[in-house]
Amino acid sequence: MIDAENITYVIGGKHILANVHASFEAGRITTILGPNGAGKSTLLKCLTGAINPTEGRVLIDGRDLGEYTLDELARCRAVLSQATPISFPFTAHEIVAMGRNPYSNNESVARNSHIADEALKLVDAWHLRDRSFPTLSGGEQQRIQFARVITQIWETDGASLLLDEPTSALDLKHQHQLLDLVRDLCTARRLTVIIVMHDLNLAYHCTDNCYFIREGRIEGGGASRDLLTPKKIAEIFDLPEKYAAQRFGVSLPG
Amino acid sequence: MTVIRKSVSVPVFRRRVNIPALFLLAVLLVMAALTAASIGAVSIPLGDILSFNLSEQQQAVLSSIRFPRVLLAVIVGASLAISGSAMQGLFRNPLADPGLIGIAASAALAVAIVIVLAGPISGFFGLYGLSFAAFAGALIACFLIFRLARLTGGFSVTYMLLTGIAINALAGAGVGVLTFLSDDQQLRTLTFWTMGSLGGALWPSVIVVSTIVVPASIILIRNARELNVLLLGENEAKYLGVDAERLKRTIVICTALSVGAAISVSGIIGFVGLVVPHLIRLTLGPDHRLLIPASALLGAILLLLADTLARTVVAPAEMPVGVLTSLIGGPFFLWLLIKQYSGRFGL
Repeated sequence: MIDAENITYVIGGKHILANVHASFEAGRITTILGPNGAGKSTLLKCLTGAINPTEGRVLIDGRDLGEYTLDELARCRAVLSQATPISFPFTAHEIVAMGRNPYSNNESVARNSHIADEALKLVDAWHLRDRSFPTLSGGEQQRIQFARVITQIWETDGASLLLDEPTSALDLKHQHQLLDLVRDLCTARRLTVIIVMHDLNLAYHCTDNCYFIREGRIEGGGASRDLLTPKKIAEIFDLPEKYAAQRFGVSLPG
Repeated sequence: MTVIRKSVSVPVFRRRVNIPALFLLAVLLVMAALTAASIGAVSIPLGDILSFNLSEQQQAVLSSIRFPRVLLAVIVGASLAISGSAMQGLFRNPLADPGLIGIAASAALAVAIVIVLAGPISGFFGLYGLSFAAFAGALIACFLIFRLARLTGGFSVTYMLLTGIAINALAGAGVGVLTFLSDDQQLRTLTFWTMGSLGGALWPSVIVVSTIVVPASIILIRNARELNVLLLGENEAKYLGVDAERLKRTIVICTALSVGAAISVSGIIGFVGLVVPHLIRLTLGPDHRLLIPASALLGAILLLLADTLARTVVAPAEMPVGVLTSLIGGPFFLWLLIKQYSGRFGL
């Protein structure tokens, strides 16, 4: 359970986020949608503590984010950022095993390595295990990074999982596979899942709740199935309504 | 536009060789050290050293000339290689080296100031003056980087890199002015210092340098796992429970101390810090838990061999070892790069 209370983020006199209130429930997948530059990634960074909001605060399970130590957070929350290039020839398995860093002092190397192997199988990347990470394709790297992120909360119930465009480089099959996996984990372990994404179809089919964000302000939140209508999308994305309707083909009412 | 990428499989042996590889390198180091001790103006057969069957003169040569020199080469080589691997990890760039953030250039500037402006000094400070200056120069560079980093509030790697370029340029200009002001003798001293030499090896310098290099190296090795995680990115490292700010500070301080100590006794010795970690990464992989200790051993071996070569090739004169390492290291590094990057993306 993560709550954002009155988050404002100002940089250089410009309001990137203004008075954002949002609540992300445990056992649910919540997505943050909005056009480019709306403040989605900034909001996610505030929620992770990577940047400190100018005003307002973030609560994880009712406790202020600032009161957690780095180690406590690492054990109850995992974050997948957008791709950062890695220039050293680590194997995929070595990268995934780094997700176990918070547990390196109280779990054996063999156990952590085993968990990394299991995670690789889950993301359909077992065959990439001993490949050199920098030589993998963008989609393969994204799956490996996702595997790393889930090893971090492998045995934790009620943890949080924050994903910034996790499917941006994936093909259709792996997009669905990854989101199905997120759904399974979310249900089985009562995770609080927050996903920033661009694909409205995926958002409609694969998430429970959504928040629209536009020019740093929350422009509506609620159940994805109710909120994702051509009318609303046309408004948020500043798009003629007929294009918004086309986006969804026949899958959306309205 | 399609980019054809072929992923590269990492050799199976790479992950199975950690302990044996370190052991092998350690054995090689001992062998190199004994060989280096036996070679020189007074020849002392290896068998005699091992069986302690030595004349008084041979004992004197070993204990007051050869051993300090061998040990100094080992410590300086290890220090340069460890610092190189830590810097490359910190900057997430396999081509980084301690010279990059201006440590070596500042040491050179401080040395130039002492040589040109202080004039001839005698006594204790005359003997160790250049060492003090070089060490102080290295630390001032480190301090300056921290102050400048604090001005912007963060400790960003890009910012630190750009700061380093500026410090390098400034120090280079300073050395240029002093070169212009110097007389022939001073110019000669300065030039030879920048080419690096282990000719001044005495027990006191060995002891002082190891009291700095050994603890700094141990701290770096203890931070190796977190340094691996830092390679994922600074925010990712934080999400994984690593205090990235503290880690970066620790690495810069340990590297500056260690390189400063090394430079203070040897002058500038190039390429060890760049080539050695690269070689280890190619053969044993990029995991810093193995990379840092293995680099230390290989750096020690290579500098020891280079120094032995430097003092025997043109005997009774001595070649500056820094020139030798660059002379061998440069073409070798080019060959490595060409081999590694031809027909492949990254690695």
